[in-house]
Amino acid sequence: MSRGPKGNEVAPKSLDAVQAERRRKRSLAIAVVLGTLVLIFYVLTIAKLGPQVLNRPL
Amino acid sequence: MTSLSNSFSADVEPQTFAASPGQGEVSDFFALLKPRVMVLVIFTALVGMVVSHVHVQPVVATISLLMIAVGAGASGCLNMWWDADIDAVMTRTAKRPIPDGRIQPGEALAFGLVLSAGSVMILGLAANWLAAGLLAFTIVFYAVIYSMWLKRATPQNIVIGGAAGALPPIIGQAAVSGTVGIESIVLFLIIFIWTPPHFWALALIKAGEYAKAGIPMMPNVAGPVSTRRQILGYSLLLFPIGLAPVALGFGGLLYGITGLLGGLGMIAFSVHVMRNREGEAEKRAALGMFGFSILYLFLLFSALLAEHGLGLFRGVLA
Repeated sequence: MSRGPKGNEVAPKSLDAVQAERRRKRSLAIAVVLGTLVLIFYVLTIAKLGPQVLNRPL
Repeated sequence: MTSLSNSFSADVEPQTFAASPGQGEVSDFFALLKPRVMVLVIFTALVGMVVSHVHVQPVVATISLLMIAVGAGASGCLNMWWDADIDAVMTRTAKRPIPDGRIQPGEALAFGLVLSAGSVMILGLAANWLAAGLLAFTIVFYAVIYSMWLKRATPQNIVIGGAAGALPPIIGQAAVSGTVGIESIVLFLIIFIWTPPHFWALALIKAGEYAKAGIPMMPNVAGPVSTRRQILGYSLLLFPIGLAPVALGFGGLLYGITGLLGGLGMIAFSVHVMRNREGEAEKRAALGMFGFSILYLFLLFSALLAEHGLGLFRGVLA
């Protein structure tokens, strides 16, 4: 339950099945995009550092 | 219900699009990016990279290419946001996500702006800020200069606006080399001069649609006879520019043959369009020109890709 404009309790709007499915797919797409961004920044960082990143004094 | 307030054309009534927020499918958002244009952008930017012959990290090149494509998609999205009122009037575009009511204009605007900023930033971090600046310029040029101003103001809209579609090879070369060389400038010129005969062939068939939407395309303003003459003029101009890579030494034998035959084909199709001015023959000739122009550009850039990417280069000039 959430609060309405007058402070009264309002039942959350329920989505119908089609709307819920669309929202689920959009959420998944956003997750994929965010995951891809993380991957891009990680791979880019390693690529920019170059092979020297593996050489460290022992 | 959301009204779109960017309609300023005298011929188009302000449209209202019935969409509830957050109801669009993932595929609708993807359609906002004009995926077919993105494919062309990836292809031409890749050729711009390959002709540069600069060794670059494959990861950096791939991410750069992806960001150039996303930036192009973002500008397409902003174009659809701005043009939703005229898209609704034309049958070819009426089923796009915004006029069809599947996505709200505000959602498309936010989507386009976020992708624009994101693609420019990541290209800057991945490649260099010259490439990022050129991508930002391309997005602004397409979304603001072309969509918001030229498209509804002058029959030269696609001539000047064509610069935005011609820039990807320059961005590609800048991304891998950090500079803009003569190779990508020539590729820019080829796409730039190719754009008017390509679009006007379609505009000849769709003149009624454009008139209904109030867009001053060349056939509506100067008339079909003048448009056909200009199509031939641009095709004649394209012939030597299409062969310029051979003269400059980065187009080999394969490219030379493709450019020669393709250039002659463009002229032949233009003459065909000039001669067939009525009925079904007119439509067939214009469609033939439109289809061949796509094939011409594809083959020209494929030849360069094969010569520089697959090592098939055989010099024509000693």
